[in-house]
Amino acid sequence: MAGPALIPAGDFRTSYAADTTIFPTTTSRNFAIAGALLLCLAPQFLGGYWLSILIQIGIFAIAALGLNILVGFTGQISIGHAAFFLLGAFTSAYISNNAPIPVFFAIPLAGVVTALVGLIFGIPAARLKGLYLVIATLAAQYILLDFFSRAEWFTGGSVPASANPFSILGFTLRGDKQYFYVVLAYVVASYVLVTNLMRTRDGRALVAIRDHYLSAEIMGINLTKYRTLSFGLAAFFAGIAGALYAHYQLVVSQEGFGIERSILFLAMIIIGGTGSIMGTLMGTAFVVLLPESMEFLSIHLKGGAIDRALSLNNNITFLREIAIGVIIIAFLMFEPDGLAHRWRQIKAYWKLYPFSH
Amino acid sequence: MNTAFLIQLLVNGLVVGTLYGVVAMSFVLIYKASQVVNFAQGELLLVGAWVCWTLLAKYQVPFWIGMPMTLVFMFVFGIAIQVLILRPMIGEPIISVIMVTIGLSTVLQATLKWMYGVNPQPFPRVFESQSVSLLGLQIQTVYVMSLVVSVAMMIGMAWFFRASKYGLAMRATAFNQQVAQSLGISVKSVFAMAWAISATVSAVAGVVVAVVNGVSSGLAAYGIKVFPAAILGGLDSVGGAVLGGIIIGLLENIAQYVDSEYLHWGNLYEIAPFYVLIIVLMIKPYGLFGTHDIERI
Repeated sequence: MAGPALIPAGDFRTSYAADTTIFPTTTSRNFAIAGALLLCLAPQFLGGYWLSILIQIGIFAIAALGLNILVGFTGQISIGHAAFFLLGAFTSAYISNNAPIPVFFAIPLAGVVTALVGLIFGIPAARLKGLYLVIATLAAQYILLDFFSRAEWFTGGSVPASANPFSILGFTLRGDKQYFYVVLAYVVASYVLVTNLMRTRDGRALVAIRDHYLSAEIMGINLTKYRTLSFGLAAFFAGIAGALYAHYQLVVSQEGFGIERSILFLAMIIIGGTGSIMGTLMGTAFVVLLPESMEFLSIHLKGGAIDRALSLNNNITFLREIAIGVIIIAFLMFEPDGLAHRWRQIKAYWKLYPFSH
Repeated sequence: MNTAFLIQLLVNGLVVGTLYGVVAMSFVLIYKASQVVNFAQGELLLVGAWVCWTLLAKYQVPFWIGMPMTLVFMFVFGIAIQVLILRPMIGEPIISVIMVTIGLSTVLQATLKWMYGVNPQPFPRVFESQSVSLLGLQIQTVYVMSLVVSVAMMIGMAWFFRASKYGLAMRATAFNQQVAQSLGISVKSVFAMAWAISATVSAVAGVVVAVVNGVSSGLAAYGIKVFPAAILGGLDSVGGAVLGGIIIGLLENIAQYVDSEYLHWGNLYEIAPFYVLIIVLMIKPYGLFGTHDIERI
C-alpha cells in the first residue's frame, strides 16, 4: 500500500546501515529534534483549548500507531480497536484504584493486559486472512463492550469509573500543562520504538506478510507467530493510549467508544497513510481537528441562510460522521497513500524546484 | 420449563432467522459476484425502509404503488453505489475495498439520521394486524406475512440463479471472471446488477422489519447480524447464508430463553451470535458450506 519512496536519482546507498537509517539527512534529524523541543515549550504559550487538542492528538496518535502496525504493516484489519482502547482505560483505572501501584506503572501494565487480551482475540487471526479477520475483530468489539457493561466490579457499571491523576514518586501531576509532558513523552517513546521496530528482522517480517503472505511463509516466516504478534502489538498501543486517556479525563465511561470510534481510528490511518509512521500523526491531527473546525464553522454560520436551510447546529454530530465517512471514501479513491504521500510529493517538488522535470 | 414461552420464542427465531437469511443472502450475492465484503448491507435495509416510509407516510401513496417505487429506487441506488464508489476500487487491495464500504455505511447511517432524526417512526398500517391461532399459539399476521415474503424471495433468488440469463452470467463471473469475460459476459454490468439486486432484496427485508417494528436506525443492526450468519454458512454459499441466518435467528431466541429462565445475565440475546461467530471462526473458518481457498503463487 505504501507507495514508492520518492528518492531523487543518484542517491545511492552503499551499506545496510545507510539504507535503514531513520533520518536520511542531518537536516531532517535536526528538524525532528527541534520539533520535539518546540513542543516542549508549547504549554508556556498555548491556551487551555489548544493544549487539550494537542493532548488529544497525542493520545489518539498512539492508538492509531498501534492500528497502523496491524493494518499498514501487516495487512490485517481491525474494527475493534476502540474496544481495546477502552479496555486499557478501564484496566489502568482499576489497577491504580485497587492496588498500591502508582499510575506511572499502571499505564504500561494496562498496555500489557490489553495486549494479552488482544492475543486471545488474535488466535483466530493466526488462521484467518484479511476479511475473516475483520469479522473476528467486529465480534471482539461487541464482546468486549458487552463485558464492560456486565462487569460492574471492573467498570463501575452505569456510573463512570474514576481514575487517579498521574503520579510519580509521590508527586502528583495536575492540570493540562503538566499532563502534556507525560503524553509528549509517551508519543515520542512509542514513535521511536515503532520506527525502530520496523527496521528490525521482526518488522521486515511483518511487511513481508503484508506484501505477499504466501511468499513470506515460503521464505520461512512464521505466519501464525507474526500475525498474532502484530495483533498483540496493536492492542498494546491501544491499551497504553486508553490508559493515558483515562488519567487525563480522570473518569472512564463506555460512552462514545462503540464501533464509530473504531472507524474513526481507521480513518486516522487511512487519511494519514497506511504504512507510514509520520503519516499516522498527520492523520490523527486531521481527524481530531476536523470536528473542531466544523464546530467553528457552524458557530460562524449560525443564524445564516445556510444554517436555517439545513439546521446545521442541531445536527452537527451527524454532519461530523458524514464528513468522516466522505473523507474515508475520498482518500481511498483519490489518495490511497494518504497525507504522508502528499507530503513527500510536496517535499520532492521543492527539492527540485524550479526544474521539476 | 415453560413450553409455551419456548415455542413462542422458537417461532420468533424462525421468523427473524429467515429475515437474517434473506439479508445474508443478498450480502453473499455481492461477495460472490464481486469479492466485496459489504459493511453497508444494514444501511441498505435502512435506506429502503425510510424511502418506503417517506412515500407511504409523508406522501400518502398507497402501499401497492409505494412498494414498487421503493424497489425501483433501490435498484437504481444499488447501481449508483457500485458505479460511483466501488467501480473505481476494482483492483485495489481487499482491505481498501472493505474500508470503503465501512465509510459508506457511516455516511448513509449519518445522513439518514440527519434527514429523519433518531427517533423510531411507526410504519403506516399496511395490513390489518390480527393474530392467527395455530396449534394453540397466537401468531401475528405480520409474522406470517414476513415469513411468506422471505421464503418467496429465497425461491425467487434460487430461480434467478438457476434459470435466468443474468443469474447464469453472475454464477459464471463468480466462478472465474476472466473466463466469463472471454465468453462475452460484461463483468461490469454483472457487478452493477449484483448490487442492484442486493439493494432491492435488502429493501424488501427492511420494509418487512419496518412494518413489524417501525423504522429506526436500529434496523442497521441487521447488517451486523449478517456476519455471524454468513460466516456460519460459508461466505460464498447462498444456501449456506440462508441456513446460517435461520440458525442465528433460532440461536438468539434460545439464548434469550436460557437467559430468562435459568441464567438471568440479561442481554444474552444480543451477544450470543458473536460468541458463535468467534467459535465458528476458530473451528471451521470456511463455515458449513463455504469453499476452501487453494492459493497458488
